[in-house]
Amino acid sequence: MAIEFKPSPSLPPPQNSVGAVAWIRKNFFSSPLNVVLTVLSLYVLYLLIPPVLQWAVLDATWSGESKAACTAGGACWAFIAVYFDQFMYGLYPADEYWRINSAALLLVALVAMFALKSVNKMWLGFTIIVLYPIVAYFLFAGGVLGLEVVETSLWGGLFLTTLLGVVGIVASLPLGVILALGRRSHMPIVKSVCVVFIETIRAVPLITILFMASVMIPLFLPDGLNFNKLLRVLIGITMFSAAYMAEVIRGGLQAIPKGQYEAADAMGLTYWQSMILVILPQALKLVIPGIVNTFIGLFKDTTLVYIVGMFDLLGRIQAATHDANWLGTTTEGYAFAGFVYWAICFGMSRYSMAVERKLDTGHKRS
Amino acid sequence: MLFQAVLLILVVAFGYYLFHNLQANLQDQGISTGFAFLNEPAGFPILIHLIDYTEANSYGRAFVVALINTTVISLMGIVLATVIGVIMGLARLSQNWLVARLATVYIETLRNIPLLLQMFFWYFAVLAALPHPRNSIEMGDFLLNKRGIYSPNPNFQDGFGIAVAAFVLAIMAAIALIVWAKKRQKRTGVWFPAYWSSLGIIVVVTFLGFALAGFPIEFDLPQKSRFNVSGGMVLVPEFVAVLLALSTYTGAFIAEIVRAGILSVSWGQTEAARSLGLRDSLTQRLIVLPQALRVIIPPLTSQYLNLAKNSSLGAAIAYPELVAVVMGTTLNQTGQAIETIGLCMLVYGTLSLSISMFMNWYNKKMSLIER
Repeated sequence: MAIEFKPSPSLPPPQNSVGAVAWIRKNFFSSPLNVVLTVLSLYVLYLLIPPVLQWAVLDATWSGESKAACTAGGACWAFIAVYFDQFMYGLYPADEYWRINSAALLLVALVAMFALKSVNKMWLGFTIIVLYPIVAYFLFAGGVLGLEVVETSLWGGLFLTTLLGVVGIVASLPLGVILALGRRSHMPIVKSVCVVFIETIRAVPLITILFMASVMIPLFLPDGLNFNKLLRVLIGITMFSAAYMAEVIRGGLQAIPKGQYEAADAMGLTYWQSMILVILPQALKLVIPGIVNTFIGLFKDTTLVYIVGMFDLLGRIQAATHDANWLGTTTEGYAFAGFVYWAICFGMSRYSMAVERKLDTGHKRS
Repeated sequence: MLFQAVLLILVVAFGYYLFHNLQANLQDQGISTGFAFLNEPAGFPILIHLIDYTEANSYGRAFVVALINTTVISLMGIVLATVIGVIMGLARLSQNWLVARLATVYIETLRNIPLLLQMFFWYFAVLAALPHPRNSIEMGDFLLNKRGIYSPNPNFQDGFGIAVAAFVLAIMAAIALIVWAKKRQKRTGVWFPAYWSSLGIIVVVTFLGFALAGFPIEFDLPQKSRFNVSGGMVLVPEFVAVLLALSTYTGAFIAEIVRAGILSVSWGQTEAARSLGLRDSLTQRLIVLPQALRVIIPPLTSQYLNLAKNSSLGAAIAYPELVAVVMGTTLNQTGQAIETIGLCMLVYGTLSLSISMFMNWYNKKMSLIER
């Protein structure tokens, strides 16, 4: 007669190895060093959090007409409230804000249309890259269809920051692709021209390029031809980010297995056909995170235009803190700027990580 | 071939076109080209100068002063950023939940805020909020106020050479001891605690040399007076702000590099080392670290380069580095745009090249020796 084997039910894990207590023991007090670290961290938090909370929230003043209204001893957020429009739009006339807003909305709407299945993506891309900038330019600058002309010297704030960042990255993408292809070319002259350009730009800081753009470009232009300052700075920024973009894209080109190049050759494709149809779509997809990272870097670097006398978000804040009515509000201004930059850059870096994870599934190497 | 020839002709033609315009423009504006202006008196003061400099000195000397300032801040920044980066990178990997979270917050905050904003914050919000010299914050012999950080200034008396000689001698002895210990370990397998004993040798011998010479050092302490602080050594706020901003910002990036490097060494390596009976400290030093360094060094190089280039942002808060002095003041006074900007680009190019050459050499030394 067979005896049926009946395992006795497994015992529950020991009390002190599960639950909150165990978690705390494992994470905070697993060794003497850990205990010291925990206590130190708690002390740091104690030093930081209560005063910051007190300053930023509890004792803060949220509205008022001048610094004199801020009597609570905490942060004077009224300063931000009063200057908010200037921080966003610079000195752009208030009646014309709708032009910036509608351009921004249009861009968001166009990008959102990528999610729709029924839209031809080629045409949408063409619209965004070629048609949209023209529309946006005329919206911003005016001078057509009865729109009032707004000088570029009035453009500023977060609007200018975004403009510099977006134009810089969009314009540098095709340039970067060409430079990257050139650097990998077998033609010695093409290759050396690209290498010299990329390495020269990468060796010097952005400030020198911006100075070059604002001081040297006028010297190189023939009599009578003169670009406006914004355009000059945009040229500088585009050249700068194109060099970095080229290196990112080169990384992608190198990651494509040789077989892809050979297969394209075997199909009888010409160089440009094989690049545009086979190599670049794969390479660019691989380096999307790198491109986003370059964009984050560029977005942060646009603050440097303040040094050559343009008033982006940081520049506007810097200028506003000199207002006699609001002396002593530098910290509030920087906190606000820091938060805006942080939110945008952090959001983009999370996005790039998500893309990386999504793309990783197809290209996992053991 | 044809394509290349056309490209070459285009590039040369474009270059010639720009050059032609440049000459015409310079002639119109009456600017003479060349570096002769470097010998003219500069006529502006420079806040920080490590070599003698007065307003009567030439633009050339001002350039050298600025070059030294840029180099000093870059090198100090690199050292400090590396220390911060390693500590924060390790902290983010810590088993202690709280420490890891704090390090994450530090890294993610500083990485995502523009460096210029951080520099402004330190300079205009933190350091400018310090009290007037009269009410300086005192920390031992150190004074802290709006004008900067004052520390005791060491004055070297006669006989300091003896102490220095003793120190050098001790270091040489220590190196010899370590070499001997390593040789002996290879021969017999017995390890002599050379590191600790050499540390002892250095401390004891240097102290003895110091005592022998009769402690030939005196400190000039900073004294508070009514409106100012006299004596002592001062770190001006411009310097402190640039150094703090550069090192904490770059430190956040280095922390991520260090973390990625350590994570890249597979856990199996640690387990294998443990099963060989290596202690935890030896596992880290002999197994994990050398392998992690190989991953860390290339991106670290580019962070160092970034730091050196970012030191140029000091110009925005009047730290007298290359861009501020040469492309700012000198350019404004002389109008020599091509020369000054060219000079700056040349210097940064050289600086970048030398850092990357040094790091390449180090990388080669550390890299895996394969067949």
